[in-house]
Amino acid sequence: MTIAQGLRRAGNDPSTAAVFLITILGALWSLFAAAYAPDAAMRGQSWLILGGFLTGIIMLVGTMAGGGVINDEREYNENLIKAGVIATMFWGIAGLLVGVIIALQLAFPVLNIEAFGFTNFGRLRPLHTSAVIFAFGGNALLATSFYVVQRTCRTRIAGGIWPWFVFWGYQFFIVIAASGYIIGITQSKEYAEPEWYADIWLTLVWVVYLLVFLGTLWKRKEPHIYVANWFYLAFIVTIAVLHVVNNLAMPVDFFGSRSYSLFAGVQDALTQWWYGHNAVGFFLTAGFLGIMYYFIPKRVQRPVYSYRLSIIHFWSLIFIYIWAGPHHLHYTALPEWAQTLGMTFSIMLWMPSWGGMINGLMTLSGAWDKLRTDPVVRMLVLSVAFYGMSTFEGPVMSIRAVNALSHYTDWTIGHVHSGALGWVGFISFGAMYCLVPWLWKRKGMHSKALVDWHFWIATFGILLYITSMWVAGIMQGLMWRAYNELGFLEFSFVETVEAMHIQYIIRAVGGLLYLGGALIMAYNVYRTIKGDVTEEDENVVPQTAAIPAQ
Amino acid sequence: MSDNEHDVEHDAHSGTQTTGHTWDGIKELDTPLPRWWLWIFYATCAWAVVYWVLMPAWPALPGLAGETDHTRGLRDHSERANVAAAVEELQAQRASGFAALEGASIDQIENDPQLLGFVRAAGESAFGDNCATCHGAGAQGFVGYPNLNDDVWLWGGSYDEIRTTIRFGIRAEHPDTHFSQMPSFGRDELLSRSEIADVADYVLSLSGHEASAEALENGETIYQAQCASCHMPDGTGDRLQGAPNLTDRDWLYGGERSQVIDVIYRGPYGVMPAWEGRLDDATIDALAAYVYLLGGGEAETATNGPTGR
Repeated sequence: MTIAQGLRRAGNDPSTAAVFLITILGALWSLFAAAYAPDAAMRGQSWLILGGFLTGIIMLVGTMAGGGVINDEREYNENLIKAGVIATMFWGIAGLLVGVIIALQLAFPVLNIEAFGFTNFGRLRPLHTSAVIFAFGGNALLATSFYVVQRTCRTRIAGGIWPWFVFWGYQFFIVIAASGYIIGITQSKEYAEPEWYADIWLTLVWVVYLLVFLGTLWKRKEPHIYVANWFYLAFIVTIAVLHVVNNLAMPVDFFGSRSYSLFAGVQDALTQWWYGHNAVGFFLTAGFLGIMYYFIPKRVQRPVYSYRLSIIHFWSLIFIYIWAGPHHLHYTALPEWAQTLGMTFSIMLWMPSWGGMINGLMTLSGAWDKLRTDPVVRMLVLSVAFYGMSTFEGPVMSIRAVNALSHYTDWTIGHVHSGALGWVGFISFGAMYCLVPWLWKRKGMHSKALVDWHFWIATFGILLYITSMWVAGIMQGLMWRAYNELGFLEFSFVETVEAMHIQYIIRAVGGLLYLGGALIMAYNVYRTIKGDVTEEDENVVPQTAAIPAQ
Repeated sequence: MSDNEHDVEHDAHSGTQTTGHTWDGIKELDTPLPRWWLWIFYATCAWAVVYWVLMPAWPALPGLAGETDHTRGLRDHSERANVAAAVEELQAQRASGFAALEGASIDQIENDPQLLGFVRAAGESAFGDNCATCHGAGAQGFVGYPNLNDDVWLWGGSYDEIRTTIRFGIRAEHPDTHFSQMPSFGRDELLSRSEIADVADYVLSLSGHEASAEALENGETIYQAQCASCHMPDGTGDRLQGAPNLTDRDWLYGGERSQVIDVIYRGPYGVMPAWEGRLDDATIDALAAYVYLLGGGEAETATNGPTGR
């Protein structure tokens, strides 16, 4: 590039003014909601929202007083990524902790304490799912996508203050959503529980995220767009569409928490599972494949196995995934033809999913020895293996005859967690283990041994989790369908719950181990950031903040 | 860096060419698609097409698929028809049993081993899915939810009486439901706290607990004035009103002194739903017989009198 922009501060540029206006308007709205909300939950929550916007105003004023956001086009924006790494760790541990609590509540119902109704399973369950998927996973995606798009486009992130708006706006959304669940605000759509006002806020944040990402791609200094960025872009665009459509609703009151969905009956169910399935497809698959496509070749220092495969599996994955949602509604009021389509597209999805696995694993060819020497590579590779396993299990479970047994059972929970703990969790942890020494300019992690401990403890936890849920789910499914010779059900529902008690305990232990691994990691990350790094890790190749000219 | 052809390299390990692109040090090999991958992908697509031909699969424009709005497929498969057939088959399997149960007296049920087995199976299944939530999987009951294994009955324990209770419920939304209401002596300030404590002592003394003579004397006076009309002067209760016998040691809401005081204070209002309309008559018959046979059923000739059999 010809213009070698130097240090530029965005103290009073239009982007800062726009963010300022947004926070002012938000603060005004929440003040009115605090005064005029028709429901008590909203009156309570609007104070929290007001507090958030006021915090935003204070942060903005502080930034402007200091001369504005530093916008040095000679360097990558690394502070943004540092914030993302810390947020990922924080929400990861919070989400896993809630997961362990609700696993224990299922094993020991007495832990649903009557006097603390807001801590019951029903309230905590969406808190867990949203915390791990959107807070932990979402922050991992934000942080890595902002990192990867800068590095692979060889340019600083676009948009001045807007990337920071995305980061803090997203954290704010998480807090609004999570506190809402606790006090009972939900629109009862799985993985889309937040009500209309939180949805509108997320839409704003997400559109800005898309524009920041596109803006960075636009000013890239590389002729081509790297494959990881295709996946990130597919993730950002599709999640925007899914989120907007599934949350179309009419608020009961402009200052109230409740709304009515645009859809009703089976149309509502189909829209919800078109959303829900593609949240898995584009948030938890495409987005994390973006992570995989950067961090695996980068860490093992080998070329990506097949460029052609990356093109074919990207487009086939994108095209086919979007059709597969109806497999969540087998044997329901959904017309059979729609179920058939959902099932057949799920089967066709098998190889497109595995394309990512092949490219991930085969990139190690020529560097397999790193599995022995680098626990981070081991974690990344096992993650891809779990990805392969759960993207095979998924199509199998989408077959109607299999689904007749597996649907509504804990087998589904096990399937989800082999994907969530194995694939999403491990690829994110692996990426964080790469990012922390790079960002804080350390020779390695504080302790490589602790990375190893994390790996083995968490892996053992995953195995306990998914095997116990296979046993529980298949047993449960078989008990539900057992008839005696006189034509009556052999077991009542509560007998099937009782039969799963041991598996529920094993599952909770598995979750506890996984949480333990994450705590070890948090300690390790903390010590690394603090600077307690003595051993040099030859697998950590320093990444400078300066943008290379050529 | 650029993608000029002279940037294309040979990867030493695999012998494959790279594409010539580099991003932040990452290069790409130009490896062809793995054959097995491609062929399995084709196979799953072919399988999907075959499945679409055979099964209902695609929405269709009006008139193109007969009467329906979607392709029917060569097999003309219908999951709804399958469900209807399966339900019919199940009903046929149960039909002879229910036919024998209809109008049968409890004596006939008990003396016909085949019918008895059927009633136990049908009743257990219905009980597990509808009753166990409150009465417990073993019908052992909980505080506030009667034990159905013993021979203590609030509204009568004959086959007919049990059936009536199941059908119409207790304090349920049904015109024929069993209804009665114990006053909230404490909450509505009908009795003072010390009076309630004395009545509780008196009531507990009916089943052998001891208390001071003064409390018992005072409690008895209050009991006869406030409680005897329903629970009877001797405390043996009245099934016409669902008023429990207070002289036994079975307690619906617990037999601790504090629990008895609590009941008198607030006046319980236990509700059991009316099952008529939710369950068919045959299932209610089977349930009533099942509950009767749990151990505490009373002969048809039993009166509604306070002492049962």
